[in-house]
Amino acid sequence: MKVQSAMFYFPEEVIEHIFSFLTHHHDRNTVSTVCKAWYKIERLSRREVFVGNCYAIRPDRAAARFPGLWSLSLKGKPHFADFDLVPPDWGGLAGPWIEALARSCPNLEELRMKRMVVSDENLELLGHAFPKFKALVLVSCEGFSTDGLAAVARSCKSLRELDLQENEIEDRGPRWLNSFPDMCTSLVSLNFACLKGEVNLKSLERLVCRSPNLKCLRLNRAVPVETLAKIINQCPNLEDLGTGSLLADQFSEAYVSLVCALQKCKKLRSLSGFWDVSPLCLLAVYPVCANLTGLNLSYAPTVQGQDFINLIQHCVKLQRLWVLDSVGDKGLTVVASACKELQELRVFPSDLFAAGPATVTEEGLVAISTGCPKLNSLLYFCQSMTNSALITVSKNCPNFTRFRLAILEPRKPDPATNEPFDEGFGAVVKNCKNLRRFSISGLLTDQVFYYIGKYAKALEMLSIAFAGDTDQGMTYVLNGCKNLRKLEIRDCPFGDGALLADVTKYETMRSLWMSSCDISLRGCKALATKMPSLNVEIINEWEAEMEENLNNGVAEVISNNNNKHFNNGNDDRKVEKLYVYRTVGGPRSDAPDFVWTL
Amino acid sequence: MSVETERSSTESDVSGLDYEETALTLGIPGGARVAGAELERKRGFSKTVDLTSRIGTSEDRSDESPDTNTAGSAKAPAPKARVVGWPPVRNYRKNALKSSNKYVKVAVDGAPYLRKVDLEAYGGYEELLSSLQEMFSCFTIRNYPNEERKLVDPIHGTEYVPTYEDKDGDWMLVGDVPWKMFVDACKRLRLMKSSEATNLGLILNYLIFELKRRSSACFIYVFPLSFLFV
Repeated sequence: MKVQSAMFYFPEEVIEHIFSFLTHHHDRNTVSTVCKAWYKIERLSRREVFVGNCYAIRPDRAAARFPGLWSLSLKGKPHFADFDLVPPDWGGLAGPWIEALARSCPNLEELRMKRMVVSDENLELLGHAFPKFKALVLVSCEGFSTDGLAAVARSCKSLRELDLQENEIEDRGPRWLNSFPDMCTSLVSLNFACLKGEVNLKSLERLVCRSPNLKCLRLNRAVPVETLAKIINQCPNLEDLGTGSLLADQFSEAYVSLVCALQKCKKLRSLSGFWDVSPLCLLAVYPVCANLTGLNLSYAPTVQGQDFINLIQHCVKLQRLWVLDSVGDKGLTVVASACKELQELRVFPSDLFAAGPATVTEEGLVAISTGCPKLNSLLYFCQSMTNSALITVSKNCPNFTRFRLAILEPRKPDPATNEPFDEGFGAVVKNCKNLRRFSISGLLTDQVFYYIGKYAKALEMLSIAFAGDTDQGMTYVLNGCKNLRKLEIRDCPFGDGALLADVTKYETMRSLWMSSCDISLRGCKALATKMPSLNVEIINEWEAEMEENLNNGVAEVISNNNNKHFNNGNDDRKVEKLYVYRTVGGPRSDAPDFVWTL
Repeated sequence: MSVETERSSTESDVSGLDYEETALTLGIPGGARVAGAELERKRGFSKTVDLTSRIGTSEDRSDESPDTNTAGSAKAPAPKARVVGWPPVRNYRKNALKSSNKYVKVAVDGAPYLRKVDLEAYGGYEELLSSLQEMFSCFTIRNYPNEERKLVDPIHGTEYVPTYEDKDGDWMLVGDVPWKMFVDACKRLRLMKSSEATNLGLILNYLIFELKRRSSACFIYVFPLSFLFV
């Protein structure tokens, strides 16, 4: 009796206090499913909300469930949209989200969006609707211009962070920097490296002068060395710097002042930019190298050969390195001997079509794995790779959480043995028990998928291109990878059999993408019928065929929500692009004509 | 302005046609010519981008290269296969790296048409001169002990001096300034017949001398070399 009453009167405040120690959204999602009481307590106290697929839930419902939210992270288009596989105007609109938040969550402080379409009007609304707004992070987004940035700068009185990463931003002139009000002194982080146009240099200098808290500043290509030197002189406490154009004359004042300014930067930990860098300006950077933990040279194709080697030898504390493959195997070997703390390496292709001489090969990767045992995250574009190298790498670095290898030529076999790369990638999943993200390439049979299904138990995201032989390949993955959340496949011979092998699996995942595979309309319709909790969207390019069939009377137009699609009874047509995702929001109302939700 | 017309009359002197073409490689079979190969790659890429932006039209389908949807098809040779979205690199990154191009016209006295080279493709003067040598295929490089480099046509023994027009419109000798500065400043290249260069030098010296002698005020007007081509 006593115990029962103690349980009934367990105060909500205590539970809420306990929940405040749960910061990761996975944990909060889990506790919210325990019982209705906990669901209610959790939802009222959640401050940071992460929505991995903006169509998984309607914006109004999300805002209503979490009225106290301060921070929202949203992802829009499928990942393969980054590589032109999703037509423009597909969707991923930020507008409905910002409008819903404006209605229900006026205390919004942070908004992070990836692969979404944001308009200048959306940014205007953002500026006006949220008086406490502090941080805007946009990654790989599009649809807005510098006018939208001006609106944010103008209206957000306590803006701390404006972080623009690799967005397509229309340039409407350099005025936007003037829009930061004179009383705005709160900036901590400003990144406009992806802006293509000119910048008002005087405004920039004034802004930096009145921002004593500035820790991270990433400039764009239009900012010359003179301005950079002045800026660094103003903030010697910068921790993260992205340079503008690093091109300077040998005995110029600009170069000399840059050298002096950089020497004062004792707290600098991360460097990027290096646009148009001349060898001389690279020398200027040496004094800060010893303390760097992050270095991004991936937009500096001229930093290669001995220049690169001389620079990287100083970077003994480096943990994160992004470079172009023009540094070569030789450069990577030097990295391996100098950067013992390296955890993340990304090697991007400088030559997209592999028509020139080989730049990085398996040698560079093996050297890195031998010299840098702490390596846990890899993105590696190369012209040549071998199974034995992959096996060696997986044994040297068992701590990989992210492993992405892109052999530039599709379906290329191991040149040493002429065999597929099944054993190499198989070794990676066998030896790296914590692998969460995996991208594979080269010639691959169903066998690699057998290994992935059997060993990659922690795997959450898998990207496959030009691989596999039969439906069995995809089935191995669906059956074996218990933690799989995102599966994206292109140009593989997987058909309806694979698609329908385990339909309930897709409810446990965020999304499935399949393009240029062997699935048919019949298979997709079957999936849609069996799993009403999924949106099964096909992107079709059948317009021309449609016109003809309609005229012949062979087909009829059917309505599907707001779209009209035609049905000519031929369900054996191959589906070019399929995107399947779980949702509680039903079919989306903003789907364009070329997207058909079954 | 006057410099503009001088330039175009120079062009018609050289080409007679005012005919411009982007560089084709006269490639030596088996030898990788950096400039030409680069050009081919860049054209190919922009073709791919054009395709993707017109998805959904029948026009697009007829233009699509047969290896775009390659599921199950035979392996295509690497440099030729322009597969949509492969390698998986974001457009932003592709564009950022692509825009480091600096194509300038190259004129050679006596040649019927001009060529274009991408200065960003070279690491230094040696590479540029070798490439020009190959491009016009009839020169060899002769190094003089005083560091001046000249291109020589072995058949006629004519020497060519590499010159360039800088941002101010002045014609300068190639090789004096650091490479990067040169790349930034150079607007076009001209391989000038050595004899003409020497003559011009003499004429210029004379002009400057005469002007200095005649004017009492500090008035020196240095003609851009192109003025003398009229």
